[in-house]
Amino acid sequence: MIRLTDVVKEYPNGTHALNGLSMEIQDGEFVFMVGPSGSGKSTVIKLLIGEIEPTEGRVMVNGFSLRNIREWQVPHLRRTVGVIFQDFRLIEHKTVYDNMVFAMRAVGAGPKEIKKRIPYCLNLVGLENKGRRLPSELSGGEQQRVAIARALLNNPSTIIADEPTGNLDPARSLEIMRLLERINSLGTTVLVVTHEKDLVNRFDKRVVMLERGRVVSDGHGYYGRRAL
Amino acid sequence: MNRHNFFYFIKEGAFNMFSHGFMSFAAVGITVACLLIMGTFTLVAVNANAMLAELESQNQILAFADLGMSEEEARAMEKDIRAIDNVAGVTFISDVEAAAAFRGRYEDNELFQGLPDDNFRHRYAIDLVDIGYMSQTKAALEELPNIYDVSAYEDEAAGFITIRNVAGVVCVVLIAVLFLVSVFIIANTIKLTTFDRRDEIAIMKMVGATNGFIRWPFVYEGFLLGLFSAVIGFFLQWGLYEAVSRSVANNDTINLITVVPFESMWTYVAIIFAAAGMLIGVGGSLSAIRKFLQV
Repeated sequence: MIRLTDVVKEYPNGTHALNGLSMEIQDGEFVFMVGPSGSGKSTVIKLLIGEIEPTEGRVMVNGFSLRNIREWQVPHLRRTVGVIFQDFRLIEHKTVYDNMVFAMRAVGAGPKEIKKRIPYCLNLVGLENKGRRLPSELSGGEQQRVAIARALLNNPSTIIADEPTGNLDPARSLEIMRLLERINSLGTTVLVVTHEKDLVNRFDKRVVMLERGRVVSDGHGYYGRRAL
Repeated sequence: MNRHNFFYFIKEGAFNMFSHGFMSFAAVGITVACLLIMGTFTLVAVNANAMLAELESQNQILAFADLGMSEEEARAMEKDIRAIDNVAGVTFISDVEAAAAFRGRYEDNELFQGLPDDNFRHRYAIDLVDIGYMSQTKAALEELPNIYDVSAYEDEAAGFITIRNVAGVVCVVLIAVLFLVSVFIIANTIKLTTFDRRDEIAIMKMVGATNGFIRWPFVYEGFLLGLFSAVIGFFLQWGLYEAVSRSVANNDTINLITVVPFESMWTYVAIIFAAAGMLIGVGGSLSAIRKFLQV
């Protein structure tokens, strides 16, 4: 579960990114987080993965309180959260399979676990035959699916996708959203940060809208239909 | 650290090293040069110390007995002399032996050949444990009964001590400076590697790798660079030392200098080179990776 209570984030340069933001995401939910540039979406993601600490307020992610989280606890928090970015963040000189091995190695997985888990995740995103390809040999949509498979490797309870379709055409964007919807149906909490109104409106999901560091709308349906 | 991770870290460390071949080559080259300079100064200091020790052993105090004492009376003083602190060895020289030695030094001067033996005193040649305490030992000898005078080359002893101390300080300062230079060079090489792999480090952090896991491959890279440098440096040092030793032995003007054989100290040199190389490598990589872990 994710819970942010009266969160304020002020950066050292004086920017107020969040101004008393409160929201809650239950386990197994699928939530879109939308809002214009500078509304605080990226700051929320950074908070949720322990990259920054809130200036005020409380942030709870999968049982970890991020207000006073210890440095050694951050990797353990991140293992419960799979993150997907707009630019895929794959290692170009490694094959798809080796990218996956790299991510599993990083959390100390053994060879048996690696051999079992990687084919399962590649199969889940429909890339079971592309393991030997380099990222540059794949389309943008396929690269994003590799990134999703990598995010699933450690069996996280939450997936956070930061503009996952920003580099894709509408057809591929829809594919990625349907894939994330499928992953959500398997029990994983999914938070998608996006500003693609049309795409959001194709799914009947909860939409949280931010503006100037606050939640200004929260409900099911169309982007920005309901203002608080 | 489990077995899988150990081999993974070694593999990644070696990969990092070869992926920046030129910088690794430069780092190894600089470290070898620093190790060679450090090693050369240390070996010069070791040889200087050995020679000083030899010279120190020849720097004896002479204690003269009162005139008119019989040889038996003079020999009886040996026990008291040996009881003094800092006395390493005592050799009794009778008046007859002293006179013969004196005449021997001036064989070509008839004036000294007719000197009677009883013009000379019985005396003791005394070796010291540490010539740094020569003055105190001399004072203690002068306190003994039936000692007429004590002759000691205090200025020469002070000179030896000054040379030894200066050589020691120069050696320590040089080693410290060269050590820091080597650490700096290795740190820069590792920084380049970490900069090149910043995306990989970011991915590792994103998926939940611990700082230790991220740090280890870079530590191994530094370790391997340091170890390579130590091995190359050791054999170059050996070759250089042997060449200098041969030159000294074959040169008529400087063959009075005795060189400590490398065979008698190669294990110490190898251990010191390996330890210094690994310390430089690991220290350099730890200082380079620190800032990348603060994400």
